Amino acid sequence: MPKVPEALRRSSPPRLPELSEPELVRHFTTLADRTFGVDTGFYPLGSCTMKHNPRVHERLAGLPGFRDLHPYQEDEAAQGALELMWRLQEMLAEIAGLPAVTLQPAAGSQGELTGLMLMRAYFADRGEDRDTIITADTAHGTNPASVTMAGYKLAKVETDARGNLDLDDLRAKVDERTAGLMLTNPSTLGLFDEGIEEVARIFHDAGALLYYDGANLNAVVGISRPGDMGFDIVHYNLHKTFSQPHGGGGPGGGPVAVRDTIEPFLPVPRVVRDADAYRLDHDHPKSIGRVRGFAGPFGVFVRSYAFMRAYGPGLKEMSEVAVLNANYLLARLRDVYELPYDRHCMHEFVLSARNLKREHGVTALDVAKRLMDYGIHPPTVYFPLVVPEALMIEPTETEPKERLDGFVDAMRQIVVEAAAEPELLRQAPHSRPVRRLDEVRAAKHPIVRYLFEEHPALVEVE
Amino acid sequence: MSYLSVTDADREEMLAAIGVSSVEELFEQIPPGVRLGRELDLPPALGEPELARHIEELAARNVHTGAELSFLGAGIYDHYVPSVADVVLSRGEFLTAYTPYQPEMSQGVLQAVFEYQTVICELTGMDVSNASGYDGSTVAADACFVARHVSDRRKIVLAEALNPQVRQVVKTYAPGFGLEVVEVPHRDGVTDADEVVAAASDAAAVFFQQPNFLGNLEPAPDLAEAAREAGALAVAHVDLMSLGVLEAPRAYGCDIALGEGQSAGNWPSYGGPHYGFLAARGEFIRRMPGRIVGETVDADGRRAFVLTLQTREQHIRREKATSNITTNQTLLALAGLAALSWLGPEGLREVGETCMALAQYARERVPLEPAFDAPSFKEVAFRTPIPAVETIRRAREQGVHPGYALGRDYEGLDDVLLVALTEKRTTEDIDRLADVLAEVCK
Amino acid sequence: MPAAESYPDDLKYHPEHDWARIEGEEAVLGITWFAQDALGELVHFEAPQAGATVSKDEAYGEVESVKAVSDVVSPLSGEVLEVNQKAADEPETVNEDPYGEGWLLRIRMSDPAEVDALLDATAYRAHVAEQ
Repeated sequence: MPKVPEALRRSSPPRLPELSEPELVRHFTTLADRTFGVDTGFYPLGSCTMKHNPRVHERLAGLPGFRDLHPYQEDEAAQGALELMWRLQEMLAEIAGLPAVTLQPAAGSQGELTGLMLMRAYFADRGEDRDTIITADTAHGTNPASVTMAGYKLAKVETDARGNLDLDDLRAKVDERTAGLMLTNPSTLGLFDEGIEEVARIFHDAGALLYYDGANLNAVVGISRPGDMGFDIVHYNLHKTFSQPHGGGGPGGGPVAVRDTIEPFLPVPRVVRDADAYRLDHDHPKSIGRVRGFAGPFGVFVRSYAFMRAYGPGLKEMSEVAVLNANYLLARLRDVYELPYDRHCMHEFVLSARNLKREHGVTALDVAKRLMDYGIHPPTVYFPLVVPEALMIEPTETEPKERLDGFVDAMRQIVVEAAAEPELLRQAPHSRPVRRLDEVRAAKHPIVRYLFEEHPALVEVE
Repeated sequence: MSYLSVTDADREEMLAAIGVSSVEELFEQIPPGVRLGRELDLPPALGEPELARHIEELAARNVHTGAELSFLGAGIYDHYVPSVADVVLSRGEFLTAYTPYQPEMSQGVLQAVFEYQTVICELTGMDVSNASGYDGSTVAADACFVARHVSDRRKIVLAEALNPQVRQVVKTYAPGFGLEVVEVPHRDGVTDADEVVAAASDAAAVFFQQPNFLGNLEPAPDLAEAAREAGALAVAHVDLMSLGVLEAPRAYGCDIALGEGQSAGNWPSYGGPHYGFLAARGEFIRRMPGRIVGETVDADGRRAFVLTLQTREQHIRREKATSNITTNQTLLALAGLAALSWLGPEGLREVGETCMALAQYARERVPLEPAFDAPSFKEVAFRTPIPAVETIRRAREQGVHPGYALGRDYEGLDDVLLVALTEKRTTEDIDRLADVLAEVCK
Repeated sequence: MPAAESYPDDLKYHPEHDWARIEGEEAVLGITWFAQDALGELVHFEAPQAGATVSKDEAYGEVESVKAVSDVVSPLSGEVLEVNQKAADEPETVNEDPYGEGWLLRIRMSDPAEVDALLDATAYRAHVAEQ
């Protein structure tokens, strides 16, 4: 038996669980029981596109030919996997209206960062020195965070009274130092930017680029393409639009599509087809390099590819129903909550509980917690930041009308309760395994791993 | 299309409630000039049986580790994935939940992540672990961002024996962070501590890998000491499956431990999705990227779990956030938790010892010279008399994938084959590898 | 217990919701009742080191609640003489007593004339009323 040199050898064993298999299975089953997923019930978490995840995807991603395929397998022995990725790229390109796609980024925020790195490489190649990225005041926090990580400066543009980018503010901020815009369209308010053609003109006239944050692509697949809107770089969220299960926080997938002028800078390796064979292509001297291991999260590609093949051109209907469902909820709730932007919405919409706060001292958080007692996962709350007491609601296309009506009933009943019995809401939830948590304590005195030293009895058993 | 459930009658009722006559009206806010105006040019829809058949055909065109005898490793390993991992992966609640923003709805997944963090801290010896990063390469970039903020220095030192993909990702991210990257070459397959001291004199962090990419055990305590001596953070890239037998990075002075979690509980899956783990000493807790679950109590004093220290994160701190990460790899990390819980401390040690014994057996049995003198863990590099890519090609014709050609990443190692041995391989498998290599390397 | 709203007359104020108590060549700095109320219960004060330099209108640290973080802006320029360790160890002190035990820094002013540009309590109350 070979020995580890003493200086490198483990000195004390890790305190891992020591359980029999039946107890381990029960443990995870108990934890699953204490978790609410789309499989459990309605989950209208705005901006997250919590749609049904078809189960056939799990079976297909688990086929030995995919699951047990080593990423360093020779290309000729991975033709099925490479073909699947190549076909996925082609479909994503058609949906974005842009010709070249990388599948490598691991999630939307890494797609954002990749997009910004592509901008930097593009301008460096042209000998242009640009240092500023403009984002909307409604942007997800990932946008400004990505801007910093890419080494750019941040400028913010305001939203006008209709929920579009303020064009005057934009014109004042775009100049020869501007590298580009990052925009979610429809925005996080669930509104399509009606001035998008002019927005694109302003940036392109200044020699700058437009980046499309695909977080809300579920509203417009087959209806309007980012490339046709004037965007030069687009990321997709495979775990939102294309049904990779969210997994309690991940995994995701964040492919990026670009215009042909930016194609030389895409990450390597790229999946290419020569005649009838597919291969990984590393030879792109202008590439920004690698942003993640291997060619991307392949298991996610299997699921999203299956999802897109099941719909085909009918993906348009997916977006239509997502928009129909959202507008139906909006129509049935607008008289009891405040509506900050009075327009038809796209796939999601933002209400404000400001009226409840003003009249009954009940907040958006209280509404969210009370919804739990009705067996519904709360919407996104307190985002976007431009709407006070925001409730951001995204039903997705996979919910039947009966579920939507159940949500409407609960939301309307909560308004009644806010007036009659506000304390009921402030103390909610009443039906979950735990009540509201002491988050101040968690932040002030962080306990982020099991404290063995405070449980000596358990350590003794070991 | 069975994923949608709105009937025609529903649609009419809903349109009436909205006050429009057609769905098209809802899209009128989109300027006509940017509407597609035609059908998407995509292949026609497939029903589930046809879909399954099509994708099964694609899967069948890949040669997976069950279809040939494979000794491929180089960062992704064919360890046994215990069936309890399926318990996690197949539960719809874990599968279809998202980030537990609302803790009352998500105590189960929060507790599971807390347990994952505990396991990562135990294995690495660190005080704090995040809830996962994308993979073993991006967590290294994350660690560079940590180093960038805790130091005035603007240089990162990477051991050349660190996984090439990790180095490539760090180099892609570094310019945005304002960091310069330098590499310290390997000497006969290991990293020289004196060279690290010299390179790190003005560096924010030093990254090395244990066991390293070439399959060798590094003098890790010396490398960590070299980093600290130079005033840089010591960052170890480690393999969870080795930490039953190899020392915890914190015990030999590292500040941050990270790596690719795939070997514990995830299938190879052609490169992902897997999980990257990132753990650090407690003083860096406010610079950690990504989600962290903390323990607290609810209004009745019951023990409960919640996402904590969220002011580090992009949704609150925005351009000043410690990272832009949102979606992470929770489900894969939980599969890792299940696998490591199933192994327990004894099981993990036994796996490590088995791998080492098989590696030793391969050294003795394979009729090729080991390329390096250093001790190994589960991978052995052999010199082949013909280019390693040619060895691989010929061996695959015999139904054996003998390993990874190190010449893909390292100059001067075109004739070096890296052979990975996990507990799923047997001595008989190694005998067959030896026979095939003897034949093809004639 | 959070304090009741107040803006003492003997302090000078910065529009970013910071206050200064002038004591000869030194000044004591903190955040106003309005600022702590907007943030909620504080859980962390990221403080500068004694000896560091702070500049008027520029951030010298951060205060955090569970769901928000805010720069603390210096109303005056100078050198940090002392950091309130109690505010760092028990940040809720700032909520309980923002102008007393919850002070944040003591500095030696490098340009005492800067005091003239600060708001008095009446002007600051009017500023708060507009928020």
